[in-house]
Amino acid sequence: MTVQPLNSFRIGPDEYGHFGIYGGRFVAETLMPLILELEQAYAKAKADPEFKKEMDGYLTHYVGRPSPLYFAERLTEHCGGAKIYLKREELNHTGAHKVNNVLGQILLARRMGKQRIIAETGAGMHGVATATLCARFGLECIVYMGAVDVERQKANVFRMHMLGAKVVPVESGAKTLKDAMNEALRDWVTNVGSTFYCIGTVAGPHPYPMMVRDFQSIIGRETREQMMEAEGRLPDSLIACIGGGSNAMGLFHPFLDDKDIEIYGVEAAGHGLDSGMHAASIEGGRPGVLHGNRTYLLMDDDGQITEAHSISAGLDYPGVGPEHAWLHDVGRVAFLSATDDEALRAFQLLSKLEGIIPALEPAHAIAKVLDLAPQKPKDHLMVVNLSGRGDKDLDTVARHLGSGAR
Amino acid sequence: MTGRIERRFAALEKENRAALVTFTMAGDPDYATAVAILKALPKAGADIIELGMPFTDPMADGPAIQAAGLRALKAGQNMKKTLAAVREFRAGDEATPLVLMGYYNPIYVYGVDTFLADAKAAGVDGLIVVDLPPEEDAELCLPALATGVNFIRLATPTTDDKRLPTVLTNTSGFVYYVSITGITGAAAPNPDNVKSAVERIKRHTKLPVCVGFGVRTAEQARAIAQGADGVVVGSALVEAVRQSLSPDAKSTAATVPGVTELVHALAQGVRSARASCR
Repeated sequence: MTVQPLNSFRIGPDEYGHFGIYGGRFVAETLMPLILELEQAYAKAKADPEFKKEMDGYLTHYVGRPSPLYFAERLTEHCGGAKIYLKREELNHTGAHKVNNVLGQILLARRMGKQRIIAETGAGMHGVATATLCARFGLECIVYMGAVDVERQKANVFRMHMLGAKVVPVESGAKTLKDAMNEALRDWVTNVGSTFYCIGTVAGPHPYPMMVRDFQSIIGRETREQMMEAEGRLPDSLIACIGGGSNAMGLFHPFLDDKDIEIYGVEAAGHGLDSGMHAASIEGGRPGVLHGNRTYLLMDDDGQITEAHSISAGLDYPGVGPEHAWLHDVGRVAFLSATDDEALRAFQLLSKLEGIIPALEPAHAIAKVLDLAPQKPKDHLMVVNLSGRGDKDLDTVARHLGSGAR
Repeated sequence: MTGRIERRFAALEKENRAALVTFTMAGDPDYATAVAILKALPKAGADIIELGMPFTDPMADGPAIQAAGLRALKAGQNMKKTLAAVREFRAGDEATPLVLMGYYNPIYVYGVDTFLADAKAAGVDGLIVVDLPPEEDAELCLPALATGVNFIRLATPTTDDKRLPTVLTNTSGFVYYVSITGITGAAAPNPDNVKSAVERIKRHTKLPVCVGFGVRTAEQARAIAQGADGVVVGSALVEAVRQSLSPDAKSTAATVPGVTELVHALAQGVRSARASCR
């Protein structure tokens, strides 16, 4: 007889899109009918074997899944503790985990008859993935990107242009990811009838946090199988970086009810949590409402959203997905943070030890692996999500390291 | 309960004219000037006052109102000061309805119960909170109604007949019809579409229907006022504030008159609407 655990961590959200007190649908009335329509369309697609078949086909032949689970032998030797595996999401087409989610949303948009796709992007990886799938399916693509990010991620801007997308630099606010999301929401409110908003992370109004999580969960499902094959058992710990948190949620979610597995999310501590210049919403923020959901946010005492800071454009966001907020409160996921400097050191170390140049985002996760792995016994199996490749960050890293890095 | 909003619409119905609803931003360009504007509005012809609560991330607002909010925040505005401005206004005007408009986070962080008590005590008659649809009524709408503060909901072109009853259920004071799909201060609404939309909403409710988003001139206000119970003007007024400022964004002698002159012209438009079509 199997008994369903009463306190499963995998059953959320409820029908209103709530994970505990987090999540919800805090949007303007103009968008509400669309969000309800999207919820229905997604529920229908999810139950349709044809949708799954279509997804699986593209995931295999276009994205290149499954991504390898790679034993990082030299990193393991360097740390002298846990046996470290890298989930190689950077090997996906377009170079990051983002494509898993975008594929799902674009196939859904096609089912809903939407011809115009909008997206927000920070580091540009979600923008590139969206532009890629729009090119593949002949859809109009508009990507909102903070003007600061346009400047620091030029290579990705060029990639989006090559793919036929229009990139709109956003000049409002701090000119980063938060402002790009505001502008995308303003576009959506204006062009409700024709437009599908392809959100890049596990945030926004319900059903986005759930839907994006579902599409990204392939990361964790593959990891389960691959680890069983490699070691004959499940891992002992999981670790991933968290901006909005989609790569982390994708890895974590299939393991949430395996209670012996330690799970770590790593936020960006920027210049340090005490400096006021960081992007660690959970460690340095508190619950509030922004961009359609309640979650941990960086803000002042008046409820005004403050600017996040991280060397990594993909983590430079003052919020976090609502399911992460809940997993923090219930204690299922431990949240850590890594500074810009720690991430830069990890970036260089992984490049030299494994011949893999990580994006600055997962370099934050690698930074905490360097702390955690040495404390673990040699039979401890640790999986880190290598969510993106570092090509896009070479200019940024070179600038920070000076000419010595060249 | 009979509140100021209800009394005001009853009086206007006797005059057979629509209401001019003005939106200005609390604390823009600074606390004192914004209070001076607020106090001058009724005499200039405003029938109902919407006062914006500034927020860093106003996702339904266009560039004009975004900039007004940021000017106010930069000048040190916060929720306590916004409520203080309402108290100053109310000390000199017991009759004109005042509605606070903005986004939920600053209210949530202030604390819903404390906010409602303080707002009620300050003389606030209603709330318009853009990012609280009926699906989130338990957050603020139901507590507000229990406190005796009206909760004014937005209806939009995407709110079809099936959804209208949901939107109207806990709405009180008036219904704010957003005349376009878009952000504040964007495209001008088509008066014919607006008229049929207002008629559609009125088939579902006895509440007055005010129309806003994109109304800038006296002429537009007049056209809209022919088919609605009220016309809301916002972006044009905060633009008038902006245009009056010194190069370093400080208020000048032209700031208050710049707003009141425009309000006066808009009021003329609204007041002549029904006379002209008779």
